[in-house]
Amino acid sequence: MSTVNPPVVFTQDELGWVSWIDPLPEAELTERHFAGLVDRARAKSEYFRLLVRDPEVLEARTKTDKDIFYNVADGLPRAERELAAAATSRYNGCIYCASVHARFASTYSKRRDDVQRLLDEGVGADLGERWNAVVKASVALAETPIAFGPDNIAELRRAGLDDAEIVDVINGASFFNWANRLMLSLGEPSK
Amino acid sequence: MRTKDIIDMLAGIEPGSALDAIRARRLQARENAQKSYLSLFEPIDASDFSLAERAAVAAFVTGLHGESPVAAFYREKLAASADGAALVEPIRSEIARGKTSGPYGAFPAGPLSVEDKAGLIYRVSAERKSELGARLVAALEHAHLLVFRPRDAASADMKTLLAAGWSTTGIVTFSQLVAFLSFQVRVVSGLRTLAAASA
Repeated sequence: MSTVNPPVVFTQDELGWVSWIDPLPEAELTERHFAGLVDRARAKSEYFRLLVRDPEVLEARTKTDKDIFYNVADGLPRAERELAAAATSRYNGCIYCASVHARFASTYSKRRDDVQRLLDEGVGADLGERWNAVVKASVALAETPIAFGPDNIAELRRAGLDDAEIVDVINGASFFNWANRLMLSLGEPSK
Repeated sequence: MRTKDIIDMLAGIEPGSALDAIRARRLQARENAQKSYLSLFEPIDASDFSLAERAAVAAFVTGLHGESPVAAFYREKLAASADGAALVEPIRSEIARGKTSGPYGAFPAGPLSVEDKAGLIYRVSAERKSELGARLVAALEHAHLLVFRPRDAASADMKTLLAAGWSTTGIVTFSQLVAFLSFQVRVVSGLRTLAAASA
């Protein structure tokens, strides 16, 4: 088994992820499993070969994820969907998820330094009115009991988001409460 | 016959409403959130994680988020499931014991340790253990961790579940169920809040 070298800070660097329980071996994957993986290339990933033990759930989860983040025909810009994912991950404490979605937020926004401040300073970092509203809404949604309320809606509207864009924030932040819990509890990141 | 969209039902979204139209723009997400629900609660194979166990964990997880239409829905689902009715009362009392505020927990030791936040380490009450059984006791304790302090998760938790009789595949589906509900309860809450703010 390879040595795990867990990161101790939030980073935009590429990280690996090591499962704590046995993924399916690539050689045992059937067409049912490939349908669950959606992209055949995901058979190379330990994470997806673990989740594909329940292929129907993985397929539905993956297609939910892709539409929430990649369907940019209308609604919230991709950068801000990724910001919601990164902020949620920062607040819940998922270093792996935060690394992936902070990188995407940087790529699509060209605001790498601001994204890094979110990682370094945490969800209280001042990133300007619009990003602050998205981060604050994501944090409120991540709390248990859920703290998201009319003030968050008012703040998002003041920052210029319409209702369809607010739904994209709700979907993106909520989805990372799903993703974070899998990534954090079934294995760990490694540098 | 199609099952009614569960998020629309729980969020009170009526056909033809403004939010119905907005959700229609993310049709694949809407349909696959529904398929996620169906594959977790009406699975083709429940041999690694029984339907009563699924309903019990769902009632516990959504109840820990506070009373809501979602919590009521899964509590009723548990009451209606075979072998589930007897679990309603133990789950209700465990929700009351487990209620707290999250997320909390520890970061990997290092610069982030200043952000560590202590909180309840929930364990099932001794007097409920026999009626819940070893598998559900381990599941509820891990579900509580996933809900409130997911960053505390460790490889030892997997060993605890395996030792309590969970298969590796069962652990994957159980983890998906808790994580999915963490998503579903937030989408419903968010959409309800938005609908109320637009009324």
